[in-house]
Amino acid sequence: MIKKELGLGLLLVVISVITGMINPAFLSVVNLLNLANLIGLFGVFALGEGLVIITGGIDLSLGSMFALLGVVFVDLLTTYQVPWPLALLAVLLGGLVLGAIQGVLITRLKMQPFIVTLCGLLIYRGAARYYTTDSTRGFGYGDEAATLSNIASGHVAGIPNTFILLIVLALVLGVVLHRSVYGRWLYAVGKNEEAARFSGINTNMVIATAYIISGGLAGVATVLFVFYTNSVSPSSFGNFYELYAIAAAVLGGCSLRGGEGSILGIVLGTALLQVLQNLVNILGIPNSLNFAVMGTVILIGVLADQQLQARRKRKLALAGLARTAPKSTLPHGVDALPVRTGDQG
Amino acid sequence: MAEILFELVGISKSYPGVMALNDVSLRVHRGEVLGLIGENGAGKSTLMRVLGGVIAPSAGVIRIGGTDHAEMTVSEATQTGIAFVHQELNLFENLDVAANVFIGREKLVGGPLKLVNSAEMRARVTPLLQRLGADFGPDTLVDNLSIAERQMVEIAKALSIDARVIIMDEPTSSLTISETERLLEVIADLKAHGIAVIYISHRLGEIMTCADRVVVLRDGRTVGELARDQLSHAAMIRLMIGRDLKTLHTPPKRPPQPGGCDIVGLVTSAFPDRQIDLSVRHGEILGLAGLVGAGRTSLARAAFGIDPVLGGEIRIDNAPVDVASPRDAIRQGIYLVPEDRKKAGLVLELPICENVTLASLLNHARMWLVNGASERNVAKEQVRRLSIKVPSVDMEAVTLSGGNQQKVVLGKWLSMQPRVMFFDEPTRGIDVGAKSEIYALMRELADQGVAIVMISSDMEEVIGVSDRVAVMHEGRVSGVLERPQFSEYNVLRLAIGQALETVEAAAQ
Repeated sequence: MIKKELGLGLLLVVISVITGMINPAFLSVVNLLNLANLIGLFGVFALGEGLVIITGGIDLSLGSMFALLGVVFVDLLTTYQVPWPLALLAVLLGGLVLGAIQGVLITRLKMQPFIVTLCGLLIYRGAARYYTTDSTRGFGYGDEAATLSNIASGHVAGIPNTFILLIVLALVLGVVLHRSVYGRWLYAVGKNEEAARFSGINTNMVIATAYIISGGLAGVATVLFVFYTNSVSPSSFGNFYELYAIAAAVLGGCSLRGGEGSILGIVLGTALLQVLQNLVNILGIPNSLNFAVMGTVILIGVLADQQLQARRKRKLALAGLARTAPKSTLPHGVDALPVRTGDQG
Repeated sequence: MAEILFELVGISKSYPGVMALNDVSLRVHRGEVLGLIGENGAGKSTLMRVLGGVIAPSAGVIRIGGTDHAEMTVSEATQTGIAFVHQELNLFENLDVAANVFIGREKLVGGPLKLVNSAEMRARVTPLLQRLGADFGPDTLVDNLSIAERQMVEIAKALSIDARVIIMDEPTSSLTISETERLLEVIADLKAHGIAVIYISHRLGEIMTCADRVVVLRDGRTVGELARDQLSHAAMIRLMIGRDLKTLHTPPKRPPQPGGCDIVGLVTSAFPDRQIDLSVRHGEILGLAGLVGAGRTSLARAAFGIDPVLGGEIRIDNAPVDVASPRDAIRQGIYLVPEDRKKAGLVLELPICENVTLASLLNHARMWLVNGASERNVAKEQVRRLSIKVPSVDMEAVTLSGGNQQKVVLGKWLSMQPRVMFFDEPTRGIDVGAKSEIYALMRELADQGVAIVMISSDMEEVIGVSDRVAVMHEGRVSGVLERPQFSEYNVLRLAIGQALETVEAAAQ
């Protein structure tokens, strides 16, 4: 399990060093801090996406959620002059509610996550555009939410607050996922929902909660992005961002089949994606190749991981055949192994 | 005698440790209905799979038209004219009747595009459907057909390949009485057209109606053959049973305690028109016997809150309990060791430790944070108590043998407070050593006052382990046997829906 994250971390370092050697500007403080800011922005909602993917589901609606919650948030602050704590609360609640609706549709009404969240993607985007009549919303010259703006886009000792927030959220969710009862249930449900149900786990609740957390984090990310761009144009704000989150989670070791992945992996996956984007700029690769580079690296990464796992499986199978007692710590994902100890079933 | 279509001579099939078929011989004549009967696990399915070319026999020959084959492939079986109407129908619900009949053999318009000629396929299927008296057309979607109608589609498919033998495996298990009669008419019609039918069924009444000859299998051997005029329920049952059972029974340390679990008028979704009444006392092992599909698993699933309870109630010590979900059941101390341990019993990729505590994790947590030490202690205790043979509780469950996996499932429940436990086929696919350990464990639990219901299709197990046996037939309890009444004959009579012979009737 840890091996995967170690490999990913190593890859991150190697790529950074090589890029730094080709163009030292990559390692400049300014660039690194900018990178940290972006990692923070994109990491926050990737964490939620990761939890959803661990249940075996997917959330395609995040980018459109940003647009809808974003225009509402700006409107509350500017047009309606709502105090910023209330506006913040409204956006967070909005994210939680949207997540809850999706979670209920998926668990109670047994709809497929892909369909539900795809429809979410279309509906939220459409609602945002209709609400604003497709016009960009931004802050005027007044400082409607100077305090919040300072928090969201500020920094402590030079480190962007977004990055600090990501670390804090990752620590909290890391404890939830890897140490709490809920986390254990999440993995169990993702791996084998039926066995989880037969063990008395309320699987619907576990899955729906993952979508609610994802929605809540989307609310947080909305606020961060609004102050990052200072305006929201409803037709493009957050476009494709859910795909960044899915890519980060998959790169970080989450399996779309569910039951696999870690918080550290998701954070490292996000970081790797942002480094790749940055590298395209820094190395003077045509910006139009941006997505192509990203796609290629994800493809190679997932392929390599699969090959390594298959090799490990074969090794284990051989060890089992040789009747050597398997080691006490087995890597994950050794399903369907023809290994038997003791009596034959 | 009519022409012999094909003959099986001395067919054996062995799997490691099991002799599924042992020197079975079978002859099928043109235009006859051959009944094939036997208990669960007597080897009927294996024999049919040999016939269909799905598995190769270990020994013996298949003689077709005078030539001997050591084995058949699926396509050879089809060419010989052997067709199946499976218990679980193999149809594509998303395609129409004609497409299903010609699946894999589609009529083409010709040309490089391999376009399908639907018109021709429909034209060819229509007369077949008419012959079977079906009231649906070739362009009906299979999804819209009832089970009986789908069976007609399967038979039409068999006719379309000019089948000479149609094998029907439990064809009436989900049919209504009138549908069953209709099927029997179709069979008579097939017979009149010179097509042979191998009719596999537990329903001896239907066998009596339609079979010209009956072959009985037991423990992988042919144990008898009855001609039409020799057929009777008693004769068939006598042949189906008849091996000496070893007694495994360990008597309870003390008589069953008052109180326990009463199931009163329970209605399950599998049989919405039947009610189940069943009682199991504390300290007692109640065997639940019956044929596959008699509703035993549905009963356990309903009592455990997996399937909805449509009516009636479950009482523990005379207090009604509400089991809307497995969580409710577990809270009441009702546990289920499911039939399919790999799918429902364990999360195979999780370590033993996490599997053991999966149902009780909140007991090993403070403020929702898992206390790893407490969890491991419990898992280790269960590994020791159940003598699960593993070097460490961190091993993933997938690496264990069937017996050890089952013990992990047991460990999950024993680490809590069972009051009523359902075991669904607890020793299926488990070796002899682990089996007797599990029996001993059930007895130990019973002696501690747990009420135990053991669903089993293994006659030896039912008769050997239980203190009482309840038998289910088509969704209801058809009888309860006390130990003096235990016999394979009695269990089987109840399982096929016959009443027990009273002493007077037996004396006559």
